[in-house]
Amino acid sequence: MSKKILFNFIAVFLIFLTISIGSSAGPKQSLLNVSYDPTRELYQDFNKSFAAYWHKKSGQTVTIRQSHGGSGKQARSVIDGLEADVVTLALAYDIDAIQAAGFIKPGWQKRLPHNSSPYTSTIVFLVRKGNPKKIRDWNDLVKPGVSVITPNPKTSGGARWNYLAAWGYALRKSGGNETKAKEFVKKLYKSVPVLDSGARGSLTTFIQREIGDVLLAWENEAYLAVKELGKDKFEIVTPSISILAEPPVTLVDTNADKHGARKIAEAYLKYLYTDEGQKIAAKHYYRPGNGAIAAQYSKLLTNVKLFTIDGVFGGWQRAQKKHFADGGVFDQIYTGE
Amino acid sequence: MNDAIKQTIAFVKSKKAAARITEPLPVRIILTSLALLFVGLFLVVPLVSVFTMAFNKGMEVYFASLVEQDALSAIKLTLITAAIAVPLNLLFGLTASWAIAKFEFRGKYFLISLIDLPFAVSPVISGFIFVLLFGSHSLLSPWLEAHDIKILFAVPAIVLATVFVTFPFVARELIPVMAANGNEEEEVALTLGAGGWKTFFRVTLPGVKWGLLYGVILCNARAMGEFGAVSVVSGHIRGETATMPLHVEILYNEYNFTAAFAVASLLAMLAVVTLAAKKFVEWKSSGRFTPQLNTERRESGSSGVDL
Amino acid sequence: MNLSLKKQSILPGFFPSLGITLLYLSLIVLIPLSTIFLRSAALTFGRFMEIVTAPRVVASFALSFGASLVAAVTNVFIGVLLAWVLVRYKFPGKGLVDALVDLPFALPTAVGGIALTTLYAENGWIGRLLAPLGIIAVFNPLGIVIALIFIGFPFVVRTVQPVLLELDVEIEEAAASLGAGRVQTFVRVVFPSILPAVLTGFVLSFARALGEYGSVVFIAGNMPMKTEIVPLMIMTKLEQFDIPAATAIAFVMLVASFILLLLINFLQWKSGKNLVSG
Repeated sequence: MSKKILFNFIAVFLIFLTISIGSSAGPKQSLLNVSYDPTRELYQDFNKSFAAYWHKKSGQTVTIRQSHGGSGKQARSVIDGLEADVVTLALAYDIDAIQAAGFIKPGWQKRLPHNSSPYTSTIVFLVRKGNPKKIRDWNDLVKPGVSVITPNPKTSGGARWNYLAAWGYALRKSGGNETKAKEFVKKLYKSVPVLDSGARGSLTTFIQREIGDVLLAWENEAYLAVKELGKDKFEIVTPSISILAEPPVTLVDTNADKHGARKIAEAYLKYLYTDEGQKIAAKHYYRPGNGAIAAQYSKLLTNVKLFTIDGVFGGWQRAQKKHFADGGVFDQIYTGE
Repeated sequence: MNDAIKQTIAFVKSKKAAARITEPLPVRIILTSLALLFVGLFLVVPLVSVFTMAFNKGMEVYFASLVEQDALSAIKLTLITAAIAVPLNLLFGLTASWAIAKFEFRGKYFLISLIDLPFAVSPVISGFIFVLLFGSHSLLSPWLEAHDIKILFAVPAIVLATVFVTFPFVARELIPVMAANGNEEEEVALTLGAGGWKTFFRVTLPGVKWGLLYGVILCNARAMGEFGAVSVVSGHIRGETATMPLHVEILYNEYNFTAAFAVASLLAMLAVVTLAAKKFVEWKSSGRFTPQLNTERRESGSSGVDL
Repeated sequence: MNLSLKKQSILPGFFPSLGITLLYLSLIVLIPLSTIFLRSAALTFGRFMEIVTAPRVVASFALSFGASLVAAVTNVFIGVLLAWVLVRYKFPGKGLVDALVDLPFALPTAVGGIALTTLYAENGWIGRLLAPLGIIAVFNPLGIVIALIFIGFPFVVRTVQPVLLELDVEIEEAAASLGAGRVQTFVRVVFPSILPAVLTGFVLSFARALGEYGSVVFIAGNMPMKTEIVPLMIMTKLEQFDIPAATAIAFVMLVASFILLLLINFLQWKSGKNLVSG
């Protein structure tokens, strides 16, 4: 290679450097929503609707930038400096972590109705067409010969709801006997052949690798999967009782103030609670908090007895410490303590 | 007439010479088949499966997913990143291999091991260290904040992570080749009065051109394909900080398998493009890169024995 | 590091080139990596040991190092074979095969992992053929080795290939004319010359395998104690916002792989002593 080529390389490099530095300034009126994985379709629709609403209301044109990823990873990014104006994550524990880092004011979960969760979901079973293993409820999952697919709750925030739903069922069934609940959950995870790192991985294992008899999934994920990947191949089974999965939303105070976006960010979150926002959530198979809207979709989102994390586990902080921390119940299942 | 006979004789002679330095035909066939079997199972079949998935909704969907707004911005970002990372590591590779291969000094193998280090560092960690360095809890953070410089979750961090991950490629390819070539030719050139730079460009570079080329190809391929490290520092903002591999992930997570594999197939085609580039350089260089001091060296690109 | 010019050389530019190398190395690699050391230094020794000797972590270390070693050794054979065939023989489609070797680099690791899992799963194109033989290739350590071979073998090919290309055939001719058989020529003449490159390829593919995450998580199954690799353990700690624990595991891995690199580079220096610098 001659000198000339070398110099050309340097020239190209310098040009690109200038371009990349020059183009880093974004549009003025923008809002960054940092969310978790399965909400992509929901926020695609919702952002359009909100932009139109805001333009009509204030005359301002707003660009909403979206970032999606695993809930815990997204929370960490915000803590490390990703300048989210609002976060819409899978569990309150992750938002608590952002609060602990000083970006969100304490008591954030009381700022909006329904524990700051405008839409909720629950854990259901996805089984193969015709339900060959006759899986109707949680206790069918631990029957011999049934293989269960669920992600690793250590790496997937969403999967922690799956685990807690199973625990809550067993606890209720045994009349509050923790040893029995632990036995049940242990038996359940013994029948899991693959622990994928995230919900999407588990879905692929179940649907495309055709491994397992039942997939534990969020209700909205299960419906989306059936719609996108095969109406005639899978069925959704709703168990007798399950957990109320509350994916919360909140304003990231320091960032919104820094960007002068508090007003619009607050309006954005409030819009989630309007009839319009609730309808969009329901359309994407989330359970709307607004009873009237929920009633319109009751055919799909059937009534199921739901318990809450606060009621059964005393909130996320305690649940996390007891079950998912190092040496917690989940570790004990595998290390045999 | 005479010429034809001469040519035939020369051809027969060269065939005989070739036979002495190659294996018997059956061995050649077995070795080649083994190599092809591996390539088939580990490369062709996965590649075919990527393209099968990319095209299973037809050409139209395939191309539509490549010219879509977010895909275009991902392609642009990937090109920018590689255009910065590759030349930087090329310059570093040349400097480092010159120092390491041409001179003896204490601590050399310690230095080589340090250069190797980014290979051994998990991509998860490669991204994470830049988060620790530039994140809001780092020592640098107040200064960056005060000067309104954004590194993390923006283009600079993506470039830095890519430079880190592809750091050793060129150097590592060049060091063994440059060392194997020895110093004699350079010393002769210098004694004959050529300057340092002239010696480098006329003697050293032509001698290591294949190593250099492979190094650049590998470096570029990895720069464009890197996922793990970039994923940690990118912030995943759609249409802004998503490179091609990240865009593939986004699409995959949207159940949009066809589009995901379409973008992935574009990255897979990189291999073919780099091959074309390599052949082009070979063709271009066939005349120019045979320096006077080096005429004994075989012109390598076209070597090989017919099966 | 005590650097001193040991051997006189009339070649210029030693100090500038070494200086730039060290500067760039420090800026891009050493300073960022030092953050790992700083962060894990915040832990007490007792806590540090507690983290890195937890049963799941120990199991993941054993798995990562074991699988990487198996994969790297396999890659040496595959890589030398491929490099040899590509340099020495001519066959139809050779150019294409040559190009395909880079595929594992260009393909994002996640795509590679997904493609391999699809193919080697029991219902996949290749897994279907293996299943009757009783070979389950995914969601177990074998799957991890498959992924690591995939991402690692180009390193061996691409380090051996240029050396083979530059290798002087006349020496082989001389050996042949002196009556050496082909195998003898390869073992005595060719192999010693490519050995440093082979070792480099081995180190690179081994080192790369140790840290690989993207492709392995899809094919491994991630069962605690059985198929959890070290990078996954690090991710697990990060997911719990336990940054000190994550850096502690990363620290052990860094030190271990650096010692390995040092060892193998030293071996290479022993074997290739006469080749480096004249």
